[in-house]
Amino acid sequence: MESIGVLMLIPMNSYLEQELQRRYNLFKLWTAPQKPQFIKGHANSIRAVVGNASAGADAELIEALPRLEIVSSFSVGVDKIDLAKCREKGIRVTYTPDVLTEDVADLAIGLMLAVLRRLCESDRYVRSGKWKKGDYKLTTKFSGKTVGIIGLGRIGMAVAKRAEAFNCPICYYSRTEKSDTKYKYYPSVVELASNCQILVVACPLTEETRHIVNREVMNALGPKGVLINIGRGPHVDEPELVSALIEGRLGGAGLDVYEHEPEVPEELFGLENVVLLPHVGTATVETRKVMADLVVGNLEAHFLNKPLLTPLV
Amino acid sequence: MATEDNEVEDPRPLVLIHNLPSFKLPLQDRLITHFRLFDSLASPEASSVRALICVGPTPVTADTLDHLPSLRLVVGSSAGLDHVDLAECRRRGIAVTNSGDAYSENVADYAVALLLDVLRRVSAADRFVRSGLWPQMGEYPLGCKLGGKRIGIVGLGSIGSEVAKRLVAFGCTVAYNSRNKKPSVMYPYYANVHDLAVNSDVLIVCCALTNETHHIINKDVLTALGREGVIINVGRGALVDEKELVQFLVQGEIGGAGLDVFENEPKVPKELFALDNVVLSPHLAVLTPESFEALNKVIIANLKAFFSNKPLLSPFQQE
Repeated sequence: MESIGVLMLIPMNSYLEQELQRRYNLFKLWTAPQKPQFIKGHANSIRAVVGNASAGADAELIEALPRLEIVSSFSVGVDKIDLAKCREKGIRVTYTPDVLTEDVADLAIGLMLAVLRRLCESDRYVRSGKWKKGDYKLTTKFSGKTVGIIGLGRIGMAVAKRAEAFNCPICYYSRTEKSDTKYKYYPSVVELASNCQILVVACPLTEETRHIVNREVMNALGPKGVLINIGRGPHVDEPELVSALIEGRLGGAGLDVYEHEPEVPEELFGLENVVLLPHVGTATVETRKVMADLVVGNLEAHFLNKPLLTPLV
Repeated sequence: MATEDNEVEDPRPLVLIHNLPSFKLPLQDRLITHFRLFDSLASPEASSVRALICVGPTPVTADTLDHLPSLRLVVGSSAGLDHVDLAECRRRGIAVTNSGDAYSENVADYAVALLLDVLRRVSAADRFVRSGLWPQMGEYPLGCKLGGKRIGIVGLGSIGSEVAKRLVAFGCTVAYNSRNKKPSVMYPYYANVHDLAVNSDVLIVCCALTNETHHIINKDVLTALGREGVIINVGRGALVDEKELVQFLVQGEIGGAGLDVFENEPKVPKELFALDNVVLSPHLAVLTPESFEALNKVIIANLKAFFSNKPLLSPFQQE
């Protein structure tokens, strides 16, 4: 299979890179000084594209690769891939569902705990050498707080299961009420936000869910409420979030994703009631290896004419 | 004479508030409706007072007790009571209570918070983003997955049990060490901490500090835990041999640590300040308004039980 050309869009995992290199003629787009020329030069041999949550096959790239057969994404989010175009051209798309669910849900709980218990602020304080006996600050208890989940899919359910172990009542919003859960359903995000203390975004990013957390939702969540975003940056109206936090209309936020990654609004850097992570929801050694194996496994299956492991299209 | 009559008629039992200047009992005003409070060992009431509230880590020594010949109850406001001379209390027939379950959920939450922070590098990654390094440096180094980790709990009391319950929901397996095997518990028991460490990826220290548990996490235990192992301490600083722990961390002989307590608080070994695989916190696992509300109820319930000769709510028991 060494003759099959595979285009990797950005560096994402060294193990994945090695495994692809061993099997295919791997083209690393980020190493090319002139990307359009690079793509044009290899267009006749590239039959697969490997991308991730921040770099996918858009319409332009798909048009530029006439021999493209499959897009294998190193992510569960596929909003950077033009799925309609892929369907139209008969290009297969695979992703990495399920295997990253636990890591993302773990991080959601980690962010809730870190924001409520002011963990990062405490760590900064101790490291500054300023700790004096009797000088303490109260933080907010997590156990028992009501957790509202936007999108009760795999990740939302995993967050709910963990939060239940902290005796947290669970409620949710999704497009339709789920018949197989006992959690309380609210038919709108504003109602959900009014009735919970911690609101977590765990739905896919689509046209309908863009800015699903807007000013009205933040105001409903209120000055004691905490927003957790482990979904996608554009789920949240970021300028509105910044002003809600600065004006104290929102109690705190734990963010793993942003609208213009890796740019993070600098106004947030000085706030103690926020925790800012660099999109590490699935960033564990264990999970990234399983994801890499799935990307490679899907490509292998495709080129051996076997059923795909985790097909989306 | 009128004043004296009033004092005699005051039905509220007398209680001594025993505290260091830097530690004030939160919500102390709420006690006044139930009890007559005073706060000096030197005051005349000291000879007749039967109950004392020990605030925070204020020492209760044989010398303290010598001032209080009628004392029959020490109400602690913390979970651990290493600052109270328990042997001396026992000898004098003085009962001792602790905070009971008041803090358990908060401390268990905090242990999980520290563990998630160490494994997923939350505080270190937050520093990375705030310093503006993300656009320049690109992807942040990978952390470790919590699910599937073998958790060893040192001291399966009320806090340890709450920790176990939470971590099982993350797909972890749990084993424990305590003085005695608990018949009602299904988690595997190890009679010594070394064997627990050999069979664990993470040790969570939440037992009481006593002569037997001092430095229970020593060089041998750290070696047994190994290079990928993580230590979480929400108990007391002296449960861990801090000098050894610092050496292990600096030399990369252990994976990481999340510490809310230290041997010489508020002093923290400076070698730790430069490490990204440790999370440091200024002994505040219990400090939430919800804790204080719960503590207040426990204190009042213990005192009321004592003064009406009923069983105490949370007599101190070692795990």
